[in-house]
Amino acid sequence: MTALRADLRAIADMIPAGSRVLDVGCGDGALLEHLVKTLGVDGRGIELSQVNVNACVARGLSVLQGDADTDLHEYPSSVFDIVILSQTVQATRAPNVVLANLLRIGGRTIVSFPNFGHWRVRASLLFKGRMPRTKALGYHWYDTPNIHLCTIADFVETAKEADATIVQALALNADGDVRPMNIDTWGPNLLAEGAIFLLEAKQAA
Amino acid sequence: MVEAVDPQFLRPLAAQNVDRGRAMTFGADKPLTLDSGRQLSPFTLAYMTYGALNADRSNAVLVCHALTGDQFVASAHPVTGKPGWWETMVGPGKPIDTDRFFVICTNVIGGCMGSTGPADIDPATGKPYGLDFPVVTIRDMVRAQAMLIDALGVDKLLCVIGGSMGGMQVLQWAASYPERVFAAVPIATAARHSAQNIAFHEVGRQAIMADPDWNSGNYQLAETRPGKGLAVARMAAHITYLSEAALQRKFGRSLQNREAVSFGFGPDFQIESYLHHQGMTFVDRFDANSYLYITRAMDYFDLAADYGGVLAEAYRGAKTRFCIISFTSDWLFPTVENKRVAHALNAAAANVSFVEIETDRGHDAFLLDEPELFAAVRGFVNAAATVRGVA
Repeated sequence: MTALRADLRAIADMIPAGSRVLDVGCGDGALLEHLVKTLGVDGRGIELSQVNVNACVARGLSVLQGDADTDLHEYPSSVFDIVILSQTVQATRAPNVVLANLLRIGGRTIVSFPNFGHWRVRASLLFKGRMPRTKALGYHWYDTPNIHLCTIADFVETAKEADATIVQALALNADGDVRPMNIDTWGPNLLAEGAIFLLEAKQAA
Repeated sequence: MVEAVDPQFLRPLAAQNVDRGRAMTFGADKPLTLDSGRQLSPFTLAYMTYGALNADRSNAVLVCHALTGDQFVASAHPVTGKPGWWETMVGPGKPIDTDRFFVICTNVIGGCMGSTGPADIDPATGKPYGLDFPVVTIRDMVRAQAMLIDALGVDKLLCVIGGSMGGMQVLQWAASYPERVFAAVPIATAARHSAQNIAFHEVGRQAIMADPDWNSGNYQLAETRPGKGLAVARMAAHITYLSEAALQRKFGRSLQNREAVSFGFGPDFQIESYLHHQGMTFVDRFDANSYLYITRAMDYFDLAADYGGVLAEAYRGAKTRFCIISFTSDWLFPTVENKRVAHALNAAAANVSFVEIETDRGHDAFLLDEPELFAAVRGFVNAAATVRGVA
């Protein structure tokens, strides 16, 4: 097994051993396999790409080929301890609906995404007047799958609107540096290239 | 009493020097109790095996065939001499590797390739069963297979796999005998036969029964053969196995050996000629009454009905690992039907993967050269074998 990417390792650190985990947009299954093999989780995945689904199946993982935008509503409530949405929220058609579904399906929800509020992104627009192309966001404006990019501040607001409690917030940088961030200050939204949030649905009254 | 016998075929053999497989007859003490309430006894199941059963009997894979399939998965068909129907999938080094796995395939009960069916002699009358043969179901087919697996000394199958009606048997196996199925691969199938599919089957059956040579099902005694009716049934069914796109790509409006249309009703178009060929060759290898019975078994299939209408209940507590596969252009068993099964399994917290293969070749794709299908099956079966500790 190859070394896990820093952001995936940070996600893995949030997951208790033996829990039931759904990884939405699980890619080739690297994170899910790690979770199953090292933490003994009962892991399931959803993935859009046929090639990636085959890669997951060959790893012995249970993965459904499907779409977060259309398929999540078919899942019963509270069947997973943890639901993961890693680097995928910005590619969904209705991120707020997807988030509401994740909070419903899982006890806790982990969401990671690239931060569109990072200073390089801002500088690209301010000084060049061009849509930003960075290491984390390498596409042209016309071919990007990232149709709903957001900043850390945007996401914090959306999470509040979804009635979610932010249990933990981590700032992510390209060199693999992961550290806790204070979302009540302006710093992380300017300096972090990405973010990982651990959310929990507020108990219904 | 269970007795090994030589498989008997209804049709003359085109290929004499091929492996004709094996058969087992279950005596009066081992009747097959059917869903209809009737019993079939004695009865025979014809089967083929490939590869070798390992010492701890953990590497057996059961392949279930489709409506017009048979036990000759990976070796020449003795009646037609043609290659096995799934040689791309099963064999040495193939996705289901017979160097590693012991593959079993039985001709379904009601079939016409050596297993007891309507063309066989009814011991009560000394005449062919014809329509006196009891109506069988998918569950009856699976019950019979389970008896054969017992006789072969296999307690738990590593994997049960099949497409179309074969996939129905896979779903039934996992529901009826969850503790005997380690992994299951239902391909291009459904947990219930749709109204549209029942409708197409009825067209086929009516074509057979409208043939004067069918003689109310007693054509063997009358020494006739309802070849025309059976050919039409096959032609109608064959269209449902393809897709509009594939028909257009393969045939379009191309004419058959002529420069212009003939202003008559001969086979002007290549697609007509192709369908005629499909119908004619089918008649040489298949029994008309078997076609009635097996299509009926598919029509009756509704797995959820046995579990209060809730499909998830069929798989409550299931430990079996599932890999469900569908094809984008399959309109006979469309993705949505396959996904229904996946969602039910999910709701039952079963281990399930679902793969949708992109192809324009329709339902038939499960029998064709589809690299992503092979990759999915190879990966899944090998992973299951590793988890089960098969060397």
